[in-house]
Amino acid sequence: MKYTATVIALAVAAVLALMGAALGRDDLFRAHSGILFFILTAAAFFLLNRAPLSVPTDAGAIPFRGAGESSPAYIDGPIRYGVIATLFWGIVGFLVGIVIAAQLAWPDLNIEPYLNFGRLRPLHTSAVVFAFGGNALICTSFWVVQRTSRQKLFGGDLAWFVFWGYQLFIVLAATGYVIGVTQSREYAEPEWYVDLLLTIVWVAYLVVFLGTIMTRRESHIYVANWFYLSFIVTVAMLHVVNNLAVPVSFMGSKSYSAFAGVQDALTQWWYGHNAVGFFLTAGFLGMMYYFMPKQAGRPVYSYRLSIVHFWSLIFLYIWAGPHHLHYTALPDWAQTLGMVFSIMLWMPSWGGMINGLMTLSGAWDKVRTDPLIRMMVMALAFYGMSTFEGPMMSIKSINSLSHYTDWTIGHVHSGALGWVGMISFAAVYFLVPKLWARTQLYSLRMVNWHFWLATLGIVVYASVMWVSGITQGLMWREYDEQGFLVYSFAETVAAMHPYYALRVLGGGLYFLGALIMAYNIYQTIRGRVRDERPLVSLAPQPAE
Amino acid sequence: MSILDKHSKLETNASLLLVFSFLVVTVGGIVEIAPLFYLDNTIEKVEGVRPYSPLELKGRDVYVREGCYLCHSQMIRPFRDEVERYGNYSLAAESMYDHPFQWGSKRTGPDLARVGGRYSNAWHVQHLADPRSVVPESVMPKYGFLLENDLKSDLTADSLKANQMVGVPYTEEMIENATADLFAQATPDGDWDGVQARYPKAVVGDFDGNPDRVTEMDALIAYLQMLGTLVDFSTYQADQNYR
Repeated sequence: MKYTATVIALAVAAVLALMGAALGRDDLFRAHSGILFFILTAAAFFLLNRAPLSVPTDAGAIPFRGAGESSPAYIDGPIRYGVIATLFWGIVGFLVGIVIAAQLAWPDLNIEPYLNFGRLRPLHTSAVVFAFGGNALICTSFWVVQRTSRQKLFGGDLAWFVFWGYQLFIVLAATGYVIGVTQSREYAEPEWYVDLLLTIVWVAYLVVFLGTIMTRRESHIYVANWFYLSFIVTVAMLHVVNNLAVPVSFMGSKSYSAFAGVQDALTQWWYGHNAVGFFLTAGFLGMMYYFMPKQAGRPVYSYRLSIVHFWSLIFLYIWAGPHHLHYTALPDWAQTLGMVFSIMLWMPSWGGMINGLMTLSGAWDKVRTDPLIRMMVMALAFYGMSTFEGPMMSIKSINSLSHYTDWTIGHVHSGALGWVGMISFAAVYFLVPKLWARTQLYSLRMVNWHFWLATLGIVVYASVMWVSGITQGLMWREYDEQGFLVYSFAETVAAMHPYYALRVLGGGLYFLGALIMAYNIYQTIRGRVRDERPLVSLAPQPAE
Repeated sequence: MSILDKHSKLETNASLLLVFSFLVVTVGGIVEIAPLFYLDNTIEKVEGVRPYSPLELKGRDVYVREGCYLCHSQMIRPFRDEVERYGNYSLAAESMYDHPFQWGSKRTGPDLARVGGRYSNAWHVQHLADPRSVVPESVMPKYGFLLENDLKSDLTADSLKANQMVGVPYTEEMIENATADLFAQATPDGDWDGVQARYPKAVVGDFDGNPDRVTEMDALIAYLQMLGTLVDFSTYQADQNYR
């Protein structure tokens, strides 16, 4: 029985969770332990029932839904699961996003206490950043590092541990937010025990990734792997430092941060900004550096540019955190330093965009003929747009208007939906036919629909948030000729209503695109091909 | 291009690449964050800032649990409109015992750094239970369930001890009296003198309109009513703390 050790480990962990559920010192810890107990028990039973049936062809590579191995030389099982998880969590995250957007427009949609905005908002951000984005990064990095190193994943089944451990982290974080377990650090809300789990999983991830590079059969480490590696290492550093805390009890859910006030604020935004810089940027640049040249069939535009922009990007990003704290009680010298480095960051960011876009030189016709290339180009365009907007917003005088408003929310979404979302969708569309040994996607026309729905959704979302953010910022500071503030705060809230309603529409379009993708991927995995008119006719068209 | 040629050393040695990129990403944090712990002028010297009373601390835990910081900042910037709308700009000293900080990043609702004393307890109860009954334009969720939840007291002293471990100057006397103070502050015949001796300016009384129970609503309102009230700005000398 292949899973004996795993089942025993799960059972032991389940017993510990049950003890936590019984002996925990506060209600939330007991509830959370109970949830963990059910998950672990269900997983153990699932494996027990499954064990005699499946005969894996090699370690870690379990045929998934009857598909053959895409290549016996590589471990692709966790990548297959990872692609499905990426899509699943993406749809969950987008849906929760629509729900909380609707709650801001129509507050009666809040259902106290579990489905109030304050508990669902971290669920949305964690679901899209860590569940959708994280799974996309882990599964693509496993694919890329094997292909560019011509080597199997290091550690065999360790990759499965990384995959399932990461899903467990997501589920514990998500259930925790809903029942009220949070340490209120944006994008680092999970409490101390969930943070410890993630630390273990993340170290295993580093071992798998670095081990594969170290045992590679290529002399050079490919540029995509530099980005993935720096993403993994930096996120480890940020996660450990930002989550330093003292638990109230080792059988309790609550902890207090090791830092206070101004130091705590900068530590958090050092983390928060580099969750963007390394999780949502460096990692996804790694993705871009593999899938863009692959799909375009062209080499990366400039090797030198990739060296220069890699080192300058990772060096400069770390300094940018204080721009989240302009005009606060953070000392001015730190604010100024943060602003200066944020502006400098524009250059390496655009270095990456240029290197990606120029990879298409000589193959620009593919933007017309290949919807995957179109998606990647749009991703890079949004990357370029938001990495221009970001440095601009970090200028103190502009920040004085934009800070605390929806402008920031719009900025984040043009990066997250436009850059992170689009490049991940393109990577998934690229991977699925290869992972399940299909000759092609179910439908390219549906990819095209997805592309346009997503693009339209982002444009609606971002422009609505620009208008609402700037409106709100200006209303807060508007004086009449007698020198009195013109608007009460409540009036500025009321003015936001039409924009909040329109935002739901933008998010809805994006969500619809993701549903179309899910159907397309499902049919592709089943091995179907849609009977449809080709997207572009490659035959020469007669002049009219 | 000799430097770029040397780059191939990094490209062919994974450990070297790992160590080098790790060193590169540590610099910014060390230069920006580390000095905040030892530069004396990072936090102003002011009178009045004290650790939270047990009830306020529990109320703050509710504030954190419900994600209030996602829509309410606690950081007034030094602009004319903000100072007129919310009060004196926030000082670093005012959050020096905040583990973690609650400065926030978004104002879907107004800033709360100085909400203490602005509204009556009864207003807060009604507003939290049904925000649109007092502010028709509000998009805030309802928090009526806080009136139903009894405040859990079993880990009160442990909470103070955990804060003490991360640097909040709770005395042994405060920790000894933690549970008693928790209830006394919200109970009409409680030992208010003791609470206020240990925690000057603490607001005492029944907060949630039900004197028979101490609920999470009591704790949250006790916290809201003290926000921004500890420093006396009529005597505060801003020019002595120029940074």
